Amino acid sequence: MVRLFRWLFPHPFLTVILAVVWVLLQNTVSPGMIVFGLILGIIIPRLAAPFWPERPRGVRLTKLFAYSVIVLWDILVANVRVAWVVITVPNAKLKPAWIVIPLELRQPEAITVLAGTITLTPGTVSADLSESGRYLLVHVLHTHDADADLDSIKTRYEARLKEIFI
Amino acid sequence: MNIEIIAAYAVSACLITGAFFTLVGAIGLLKFNDSMTRLHAPTKVGTIGVGMLLLASIIYGFAFAEAAIHEALIMAFLFVTAPISAIFIAKVNVHRRNCDMPPELPGDELWATLDVPVADRETQEAERA
Repeated sequence: MVRLFRWLFPHPFLTVILAVVWVLLQNTVSPGMIVFGLILGIIIPRLAAPFWPERPRGVRLTKLFAYSVIVLWDILVANVRVAWVVITVPNAKLKPAWIVIPLELRQPEAITVLAGTITLTPGTVSADLSESGRYLLVHVLHTHDADADLDSIKTRYEARLKEIFI
Repeated sequence: MNIEIIAAYAVSACLITGAFFTLVGAIGLLKFNDSMTRLHAPTKVGTIGVGMLLLASIIYGFAFAEAAIHEALIMAFLFVTAPISAIFIAKVNVHRRNCDMPPELPGDELWATLDVPVADRETQEAERA
């Protein structure tokens, strides 16, 4: 029974998300649409399962929600800061830098979320991962203190992600 | 002051903010002269610029037309796909050595992009020459 469930729903969260996305796309909540969304939500993860064999062990949803709020706020603040840099700092005075982040996260999903967060907050772009996946390369647009930026990424994002992905 | 006037002001404010940040992103893309710093401009447009324009569309929909939250989906898809294209552009820059090279790693490790299989090294040398 458990094995059948696992075969049918390789990623239960994905099933729910796909159904919700389908209903949102239709813009009408009707039983037929929900059922069709669920059918899609079962077929698509099943077909995609060979490409994503390992399942994430679990996600703490409340902490993930808090994390999203923090990231959205950071995106707002960083946007204003970077807009200021773009308008006022001339090219000659711009101080771009590479930052190497030693990762404590090990799950691929967690590292993906961290890299995505870093890219979405303006001013930093994640550029590459080391062969073993233990270091993340980040490019900073304008910084006077690269170590402080490294610390803020580690404490603000990585520490929280470590608690979210069990 | 009725609700429609407030909504109209909210829509205009969102449109102006979104347009401003999109403009700043475009200025950044033109102004910066290094391929890596240039990459920072589009990430800004992708988040707050488009986000504000979509927010304006949502408010307009609820106040004056048929309510819809399709826009939230656009935002979600953008947030998922924008970092992927950014990391690929960055990887190409590093691979082609178009920018300042990233710092070396401790030990024998290499950045994934620079780790060229032995069989392909000659081709890469030839390309660079």
